[in-house]
Amino acid sequence: MAAQADEAGRSTRAARRRLSTTFWRRPWLRGVSLLGPPAGIFLAVYIAAIGVLFVSAFWTLDPFTGEIVHRWGLGNFRTLWNDHTYWRIAGRTIGLAAAVTATDVLIAFPFAYFMARMASPRLRTLLFVLVLLPLWSSYLARIYAWRLILANDGALNWGLGGLGLPHQHIAYTNWAVWVVFSYVWLPFMILPIYASLERIPDSYLEASGDLGARRWTTFRRVILPLALPGVVAGSIFTFSLTLGDYITPILVGNTQFIGNVVYRDVLGLTYNLPFAAAFATIPLAVMGVYLVLARRAGAFEAL
Amino acid sequence: MRKQHRHVLGWAAAALVVGALALVAAGCGSSGSKSGGGSGTTSAASSLPSSIGKGEGKLSLVAWEGYTQPQWVKPFEQQTGCKVTSKYAGSSDEMVTLIRQGGSQYDMVSASGDASLRLIRGHDVQPMNPKLIPDYENFIGALKSPPHNTVDGVHYGISLQWGPNTLLYNTQKVTPAPASWSSIYDPKYKGQITVPDNPIQIADAALYLSKAKPSLGIADPYELTQPQFDAAVKLMKQQRPLLKKYWALASDEIDLFKNGDAVIGASWPYQTNTLKADKVPVTDLIPKEGATGWADTWMLTSKSKHPNCAYLWTKWVSTAKVQAQQAIYFGETPANTKACPIMDQLSPGSCEQYHANAPASYFKSIKFWKTPSADCGNGKNDCVDYTKWQQAWTEIKG
Repeated sequence: MAAQADEAGRSTRAARRRLSTTFWRRPWLRGVSLLGPPAGIFLAVYIAAIGVLFVSAFWTLDPFTGEIVHRWGLGNFRTLWNDHTYWRIAGRTIGLAAAVTATDVLIAFPFAYFMARMASPRLRTLLFVLVLLPLWSSYLARIYAWRLILANDGALNWGLGGLGLPHQHIAYTNWAVWVVFSYVWLPFMILPIYASLERIPDSYLEASGDLGARRWTTFRRVILPLALPGVVAGSIFTFSLTLGDYITPILVGNTQFIGNVVYRDVLGLTYNLPFAAAFATIPLAVMGVYLVLARRAGAFEAL
Repeated sequence: MRKQHRHVLGWAAAALVVGALALVAAGCGSSGSKSGGGSGTTSAASSLPSSIGKGEGKLSLVAWEGYTQPQWVKPFEQQTGCKVTSKYAGSSDEMVTLIRQGGSQYDMVSASGDASLRLIRGHDVQPMNPKLIPDYENFIGALKSPPHNTVDGVHYGISLQWGPNTLLYNTQKVTPAPASWSSIYDPKYKGQITVPDNPIQIADAALYLSKAKPSLGIADPYELTQPQFDAAVKLMKQQRPLLKKYWALASDEIDLFKNGDAVIGASWPYQTNTLKADKVPVTDLIPKEGATGWADTWMLTSKSKHPNCAYLWTKWVSTAKVQAQQAIYFGETPANTKACPIMDQLSPGSCEQYHANAPASYFKSIKFWKTPSADCGNGKNDCVDYTKWQQAWTEIKG
């Protein structure tokens, strides 16, 4: 590298030509120089961090000094296994992630279908902007907005009151968490479904019609299977994002999810990193299983 | 396709190897730094300075929000040349975490009584010499050598301010006015109660039980035997379905009262001040059972690099004027008895409002936060320690 820079000082053009020749002769070099730096950072920061996380789950905390003791043991996992509270929290988290994913599929599919196959190009652009617009504002601002909507004296109750309907009391409940999660992750479901629906050639649908299939049959036997990878790809986002988020439950909920317990152990309560690491392996394992199943469903071809 | 997959596998394998290597390196690094830190702690504890030297130009603080306002930080920086940076912490647990993990990054911490003993036991803070703080003489007697910062006659830090945890309620929605902590366990207010998201809240339940169920024999809400502790935890589990929310930040509770989600709850005077300023119909009181409370201490970390600036800062915040400013800003009581007239100058009536002129009996009526430990002075080592409090808290929240 230094030699090249030196030469560049004397004759930039010659050096540039030589460089491009080198890259042309050795295509693998191109790949390495393009992928190398990001892959290196990915390995050093992400994979290594997950490795450390997993290993530290087997360490323990000295209760007296609060320091981490590098002694191997299954104590953290035993606590997780034996304490019903953690089972309940993990179950609640996975259940919520599934509920949010299902809700988002139900909302996103018709929306994406309309966008991809029915809307005029101009309307489609407009809808795209509407889907992406919330992503430009801060995630926290949107959650705080929901807090104001759902509050006892908030916009929702004001509207219900105006219609003569009884007040709702879902602020700071799991229902509120479910609503807000479904809202914030919706764009992540719409976009992959849209991408998969848009890719279905019209000729397939015509062929299906020519063979005598009615609309519903075409939808069930042609569109749905072809859109499934998109749905699964979207569900990876909504499921994993819900599984790991701790801010939304803190702000709009009043129960603990896996992320909250991890957060309290990392910053706040005990600085019990080993225990936090042990608990954090649960979403990691759940996501691992999920990704394997998603791959079977062909989700990665849709990305 | 097949070939591609094999490539991916190759990458994954390489990634695992690199990850494992990085891990070994990380493990070595952290264990090395730990042992280095240990030896530093013991040497620092042995000598006390007899005078304050020249400031080092920098001071790094971990503090409660509102404790390092420009109002009194700016003049300090001008006078001493010590540039102050502060990091706010939201709970005692977070403070302990920051100091333990911060090494020499932080010089001082404004620890409450439930953090201070943990820091002392963990050798995270070092002794200080109160003779170097002229205003120390003017402190109320109870805060000169309180058990939460003075161990075996050694002062680990200088007291600052104190205050009660109060019962806050909406005067329009809660009638008649409550007089007892029982109202935050009362199904009458189901879905409208809020309490702090903090394990030390178990002490509030214990304090209430000490009066409501004398048969349990609770004398100190932080020194609980297993049956006493179980009773407090049971009460909090019964309270759980009645709660609107466990508040984590003072601003959370302010929102809850503003939006009508909560009408009664455990609070700090700070929230009452803020809500009143916003014209929300609230008031607070110390119920008949008494109250828990906090007493804060500026503590010097054992690895501090700027001890002179730290002493200069402690000297500064102990002066009557700064004590008065901070007391009014946060809504708490100064340790310095000379602060009262200045408080009234700054904001008429504030000395009485924040109990700066209250008799010693008022101070005694508050059960100050301290770290629960197994050894609670009865020689039996049978009290429930704070680790168990934390575990129980996760269980209570469900």
